[in-house]
Amino acid sequence: MASVDSTTLVGRPGFAVETEALTKTYGDLVAVDHLNCRVPYGQIFGLLGPNGAGKSTTIKMLTTLLDPTSGSAKVAGFDIVAAPSQVRRSIGYVPQMLSADGALTGEENLLLSAKLYAIPRAERKPRIAEALAFMGLTDFGRRLVKTYSGGMIRRLELAQAMLHRPMVLFLDEPTIGLDPVARHTVWDRLRDLRHNFGMTILITTHDMDEADELCDELALMHRGQIAALGKPAELKAGLGPEATLDDVFAHFSGGSIQEGGSYRDIRQTRSTASRLG
Amino acid sequence: MTSARLEAQPAAWVEPNVVVEVWRETFAIANVELRKLFRDPTELFTRAIQPVLWLVVFGQVFSRVRGIPTGNISYLAFMTPGILAQSVLFAAIFYGIAVIWERDLGIVHKLLVSPAKRISLVLGKAVSAGFRGVMQAIIIYLIAIALHIAIRWAPLHIVAVLAGVALGSAIFATFSLIIACIVKSRERFMGIGQVLTMPLFFASNAIYPIAIMPAWLKVVALVNPLTYLVDALRGQMIVGGESVHGFASDVGIMIVIFVVLSAIAARLYPTLLR
Repeated sequence: MASVDSTTLVGRPGFAVETEALTKTYGDLVAVDHLNCRVPYGQIFGLLGPNGAGKSTTIKMLTTLLDPTSGSAKVAGFDIVAAPSQVRRSIGYVPQMLSADGALTGEENLLLSAKLYAIPRAERKPRIAEALAFMGLTDFGRRLVKTYSGGMIRRLELAQAMLHRPMVLFLDEPTIGLDPVARHTVWDRLRDLRHNFGMTILITTHDMDEADELCDELALMHRGQIAALGKPAELKAGLGPEATLDDVFAHFSGGSIQEGGSYRDIRQTRSTASRLG
Repeated sequence: MTSARLEAQPAAWVEPNVVVEVWRETFAIANVELRKLFRDPTELFTRAIQPVLWLVVFGQVFSRVRGIPTGNISYLAFMTPGILAQSVLFAAIFYGIAVIWERDLGIVHKLLVSPAKRISLVLGKAVSAGFRGVMQAIIIYLIAIALHIAIRWAPLHIVAVLAGVALGSAIFATFSLIIACIVKSRERFMGIGQVLTMPLFFASNAIYPIAIMPAWLKVVALVNPLTYLVDALRGQMIVGGESVHGFASDVGIMIVIFVVLSAIAARLYPTLLR
């Protein structure tokens, strides 16, 4: 396997994610409504929107956890319905909840990922060591994850997600519940992943600072569709000279980001918060 | 941080043999489960309390009743394989709770997004359940020694008992996984688990022979997987114990049940997230 310059993937033709009229309905409820969206390779792309806008459903379809009702999507060039196993091999996923197994050590969590992603036995150890070093966790690899801080768990999860060198990394609310320092560390590591490996990174977020500082491009979802799309600066400029992303958000979704929130979201946030202790 | 020599491409994918792949994935999952078990083995000891009560209290008292036809063995010896099977059932039937817990933590999301086959995720749980069952069997053997129950010590019989226990554990754990995929919440699962265990236990040959059951209960007992587990164990574990169906037929039936349940569980596993 030849070593590849990280710019090769960034400038790669075609799109890391490409959806065509992607739709998911639950009975009468249209969660995602004919979504058309393209994410170029090498971008950090943010999916914004109020709760219930269809962000999570979109991510679930793109990561093959959910079949679309109609329409289609390609991730890393593979169709999510026709070639789900190729999609799975090409992506990494970090769920919203802090999902590393607390009863295992950091290394054991990574070893499980390495085995499930079919990383050859001889490569497992060096890759695990490398991923731990990359995330600044080398000294903690042998410790039980339940002794980790929230920021460390999130970095361990990034380490798990980078082990198999995915082309596209999906993160659902990557810094929810983290303190400001941990949040910036996660952002830095995400930028490093993009820079060193040319990974395309797609995140959902509620955090306007995160959207503003981290993302190259944003799609604001509202009622299952994209209400606004563009670079953070463009979106703000489009509304007025003093506009913030909060204003953009309020303008396109008809409300503040703070409002709404389903029971499930609240429950998940709480469980994340309680795990952070 | 600079790491320019790191390779940017995904790992080269070699399509290996499906069986080899399922094997590797299954044992990756089982390995993790067993590490957790050995790190905190309290569960193994607390699980030993109930069978002790059944054998020492219930068994000792009922041995004096002599109303239950147990052939030429004592009632205590008769019920020992039944209590082993019961402890296997009671432990394995609640496996689904752990899976619902993992779902709420996002672990199931991560497993399902990985390229691992669904059947491997199911078999991984089954293998670790089988191993836990074997640990319980060892504990029951120890209790049986203390109670001076005549055990068949020939290695072949011991291996047969442990294999039967592992298979039975795998069956009930997979059944439990199916229930978890359907109910999806811990509260509902607890309710259903409680409702299922006692009927499965009483509608089996664990503590009395099928021969003395009323006709309708006999029918239930014959479709109850626990009956085949008890029957298999009874013929192998106890000196003078007799199997009604024969070890080979019991194990054959259990294998069929396990294959069917695994196929259903592998289909349902992804729906756990919906």
